[in-house]
Amino acid sequence: MTIVKHELRQGRTAFLIWTGAISLLLAICIFLFPEMKSQMDTVSEMFASMGSFTAAFGMDRLNFGTLTGYYAIECGNVLGLGGAFYAALCAVEILSKEEKARTADFLLTHPVSRVRIVSEKLLSVFLRIAAMNLVIYLVSAGSMLAIGESVPWKQMSLLHLAYFLLQLEIAGVCFGLSAFLRRGSVGIGLGVAALMYFMNLIANITKSAEFLKYFTPFGFCDGATIVEDGRIDGAILAAGLALGALGILAAYLKYPKKDIA
Amino acid sequence: MEAIVTRKLTKYYGKNRGIEDLDLSVEDGGFFGFIGPNGAGKSTTIRSLLGLITPTSGSAEVFGKDILTEKTAILAETGYLPSEALFYSGMRVRDALKLSADLRKKDCAKEAAQLCERLKLDPARKIDELSFGNRKKVGIVCALQSRPRLLILDEPTGGLDPLIQHEFFEILRERNEEGATVFLSSHVLSEIRRYCRRAAVIREGRVIACDSVEALSRTSVRRVSVRGRVDLDGLDGLKDVVHAGDAVNFLYSGEMKPLLDRLAAGEIADLNVSEPDLEEIFLHYYQKEEA
Repeated sequence: MTIVKHELRQGRTAFLIWTGAISLLLAICIFLFPEMKSQMDTVSEMFASMGSFTAAFGMDRLNFGTLTGYYAIECGNVLGLGGAFYAALCAVEILSKEEKARTADFLLTHPVSRVRIVSEKLLSVFLRIAAMNLVIYLVSAGSMLAIGESVPWKQMSLLHLAYFLLQLEIAGVCFGLSAFLRRGSVGIGLGVAALMYFMNLIANITKSAEFLKYFTPFGFCDGATIVEDGRIDGAILAAGLALGALGILAAYLKYPKKDIA
Repeated sequence: MEAIVTRKLTKYYGKNRGIEDLDLSVEDGGFFGFIGPNGAGKSTTIRSLLGLITPTSGSAEVFGKDILTEKTAILAETGYLPSEALFYSGMRVRDALKLSADLRKKDCAKEAAQLCERLKLDPARKIDELSFGNRKKVGIVCALQSRPRLLILDEPTGGLDPLIQHEFFEILRERNEEGATVFLSSHVLSEIRRYCRRAAVIREGRVIACDSVEALSRTSVRRVSVRGRVDLDGLDGLKDVVHAGDAVNFLYSGEMKPLLDRLAAGEIADLNVSEPDLEEIFLHYYQKEEA
């Protein structure tokens, strides 16, 4: 587990910054909820008059006046986007950085098989994402208790599980890309995460683009389905996890044979 | 057993040649020099042996192990120093040495401490703050601390001051005497002449000469220095002719009699005929191939 430990140490600063920033933003959103609740009439009217954007962000089916409805939308924006970016950054750089920083000559000339390197690096990405989600989950629950609300454990846990799976899918796709890239990986990783986010917004706006939900993990993170129906859409989730698994498989096939020039 | 054997080893990068039909043999326990200018294929050969790149065709073995199928076992017995030693940012020297030892599943702390002391390397320093030469020292300690059976060193002395270079070669000599094979890639020919017993000359991806350093140095070419007046026009076998005042200096690879006739016909104040040094022989090999 030498490489896992090394990677966790190397990614410590980025982990603290991203985890701290997302936790803080979510906590701020939760602390704003009591004030939002008191102005619910104005707020609901404002969100209802946003046309297609109301549907794009799932605000047409969620009650903004309840903590779960409010949290589902805020969680989607903050944890959804922030978590996706962090997962993409972690994964897209994890293999390619060795060539970019030219440390591959150091790592790959030690008696560790490339398959093992891929496995340990993948595990380190998973551990970072899991740790970030655990911290955010605890901070969110703590913030809800701090404003005197009872924590909607079931809906909140399901929401966080969906976003954790979203990050794993994006990480899987970006991990696969990382095996092929040599440089410029950060931009590509952020691009993938942003593309998937906007694909879901488009799918929410128009019926004819609904199929896009199967190509983006934001599709199975629909707050309305999770909070109102108490479930994650299984078909979209299966498609998403398959896409992530495909990325990981591509990394295992490519990296052991890759020329490190 | 041979430490390194390559058979028709070929590597193409797309359409560009890296090495072509490269045959090489390095004896176990040898101190072997690998000579060639930039772009000749030295690094491609080394990277193939270490499994960093996959050869296009041909085969190679290290201690009888195939470089494609027994890569990890080969790396367990090999210490490698790249021409430019780069490490992870934010690490201290001791962290990099520990990481290298951990990746080998060995405790090399004692050996690392001794090497750091001999090479005057402070393990507490941050690698990002080190000069090129000091980073090279970190690479040297990483390569040597596990006491590997084979040392592959790619341009090892770049950036090292003369005292450290001397100490470094002293360590290599000790390791070689203890049985380790040293494979030294360099274009600093004085290093090869001083320390290696055998050497190969590589040019445009092919080995053009491979023999003992003594045999490689043995050549019919002579360095001739003449002070006085002599007519050399039209004489075959002249190379590298340099006129300085009333003196002329050149490499001569032709028959001796025509040269002596010309010298006898001239007015010679002083004459020196000597064996050329390895640098000149190296040029001779290249010019011979080009001719």
